[in-house]
Amino acid sequence: MSAAIRVFVPSDAAARACGADEVAIALRAEAQRIGVDIDLVRNGSRGMLWLEPLVEVESAGVRYGFGPVEASDVPGLVAAGLFTAPASVSGPLAIGPVAEHPFLAAQQRLTFARCGVTDPLSLDDYIAYGGYKGLQRALALGPLGIVEEVTKSGLRGRGGAGFPTGIKWKTVHDTPGAQKYIVCNADEGDSGTFADRMIMEGDPFQLIEGMTIAGIAVGATRGYIYCRSEYPDAIATMRAAIVTARRAGFLGARVYGTDHAFELEIREGAGAYVCGEETSLLESLEGKRGLVRAKPPLPAHKGLFGRPTVINNVLSLTAVPHILADGAAFYADYGMGRSRGTMPVQLAGNIRYGGLFEIAFGITLGELVEKIGGGTASGRPVKAVQVGGPLGAYFPPALFDTPFDYESFAKRDGLIGHGGIVVFDDTADMALQARFAFEFCAIESCGKCTPCRIGSTRGKETVEKIIAGEDVDRNLEVIADLSNTMKFGSLCALGGFTPYPVTSAIAHFPDDFRRSARLPAAAE
Amino acid sequence: MSRHETFSAARTRDIVSAHLDLEGPLLPILHAVQEAFGFVPEAAVPVIAEELNLSRAEVHGVVTFYHDFHRAPQGRHVLKLCQAEACQSLGCRELTAQAERALGVGIGETSPDGRVTLEAIYCLGLCATGPAAMIDGRLVGRLTPAKIDGLCAEVDR
Repeated sequence: MSAAIRVFVPSDAAARACGADEVAIALRAEAQRIGVDIDLVRNGSRGMLWLEPLVEVESAGVRYGFGPVEASDVPGLVAAGLFTAPASVSGPLAIGPVAEHPFLAAQQRLTFARCGVTDPLSLDDYIAYGGYKGLQRALALGPLGIVEEVTKSGLRGRGGAGFPTGIKWKTVHDTPGAQKYIVCNADEGDSGTFADRMIMEGDPFQLIEGMTIAGIAVGATRGYIYCRSEYPDAIATMRAAIVTARRAGFLGARVYGTDHAFELEIREGAGAYVCGEETSLLESLEGKRGLVRAKPPLPAHKGLFGRPTVINNVLSLTAVPHILADGAAFYADYGMGRSRGTMPVQLAGNIRYGGLFEIAFGITLGELVEKIGGGTASGRPVKAVQVGGPLGAYFPPALFDTPFDYESFAKRDGLIGHGGIVVFDDTADMALQARFAFEFCAIESCGKCTPCRIGSTRGKETVEKIIAGEDVDRNLEVIADLSNTMKFGSLCALGGFTPYPVTSAIAHFPDDFRRSARLPAAAE
Repeated sequence: MSRHETFSAARTRDIVSAHLDLEGPLLPILHAVQEAFGFVPEAAVPVIAEELNLSRAEVHGVVTFYHDFHRAPQGRHVLKLCQAEACQSLGCRELTAQAERALGVGIGETSPDGRVTLEAIYCLGLCATGPAAMIDGRLVGRLTPAKIDGLCAEVDR
């Protein structure tokens, strides 16, 4: 008897939103109908999201891919030999050996090495593919050794601020406290970003391992993952993985049989974008309104419940197991300037080949959008890309030579944020986008500081006047002044960075703000 | 028939006491209350406040701060359409207008017959497979005008 044929259908939310569950049901039904024994694994996503649902069938150790598959495609594919001879199935859905696909072959996957390959909830898979090697080395190095390793790796906060992770950990390590915390910021609210969601759904043990290592490094025995409620699948996967890790002794009173204790819990947000700001997140975890705190004190000194707290983004913490397993030097070898390692870039919006592309810092924006992403999905010219979420600047193609790293983007009045790139074609109206930036800030402002609370609403009203062709020059001056006030007077990045999309839209696409002046009828 | 329970103070107290071993239990409690009753009833606020030894104002403040917590029952179906930038780049504004016309309700409104609530959501993390929506907890990607028609028909059933 031959062994069951391994078939993979992602359980990733993006794949499910495009019908992966129905495809899985159809595959099982067809297999049963023709009497073929299949082992259907719900893997994470490979990140080639234009191909989702991406079905993979293993044959002689090679995984052959087919996508995007709809349930109605399944009988035809199976009749053509999907299960028995996947290599010889041709047609528009066949993409050949998945690992050799140019989109994957061109990447430098460290954090996402396992994502899409393994069964996310199989601890055996995780360990077989290098999991928990980082924890083993961390235990051998001890707290200060871990902190030093993370510092030497050059890892900077992947949430957007880019603060050196090692320095943050050292501060918490050096701050005395009977109870310290590790908090994972999984409140990935930026439009155009989905890396946190993908890694939590596709490789949850890696986040658990990263947080455990952080706990050992700084002497924290409790951890919280604060995940946004818009990610129900990620929450369910993390919850299940935490139970498995605890049962296997990777969490609990004696982690891995050592004297280190580490307990982990996932908490669900409640639909407030501002809770992605670290101090607002801490307030929310404490059960309060997500009002931003003034800094100092830093969370490293007085964080959750006033205790020393490491608060890191999902991508920072999931980079840690790799850094420990293969060494700081290996990780720091990737990247450019002060941006070391790799960044999981997310290609989104109106883009032909949208997905997750992990690459060393330094690749240009143009390569990412045009070469990797294939330009727009609509086939029209690219007009603008917004990098770094709703608080990120709009870049025109003229700036596509900008290297993807923290400093290069800052130099051009932009930010890489959480690594999301949203592409717009030439039908986009940048005045509407500027209006939305203010509107979103008004909806999501926590209300604590005046520039953000009032400025966002006044900004939206003023852009509306500009769109209506009312006193355009004077109102553009008002926007410039207001942006300045918000940038320098707001308590956190929500109010402080909302001017980025606004002023970049005005600077790079001035015609869009004078449309109604040119064509009075359009103001109607 | 509603899938939610009718409010009772006793049930609210049970929910609170089931969460008392948590640090900072208010958000998990409010999620559980909403799960049970379909929204956070005004009458639940003083009960939660008393059990947690908080002021009513503090609990009220938290309920009203977060977009997820509703102070009135929602429609039998809840359709959330993503309005964030990645979905905007793929025409979510036009699709939203189509849904509003078909359902006869605007974003943020519930139909008078209690059939459907239409909501804006800012990012479901499906930004490379947009425009995206969530209907009664189920995710839908790559929205087209035809798919919007399908979702509106689903709500009608």
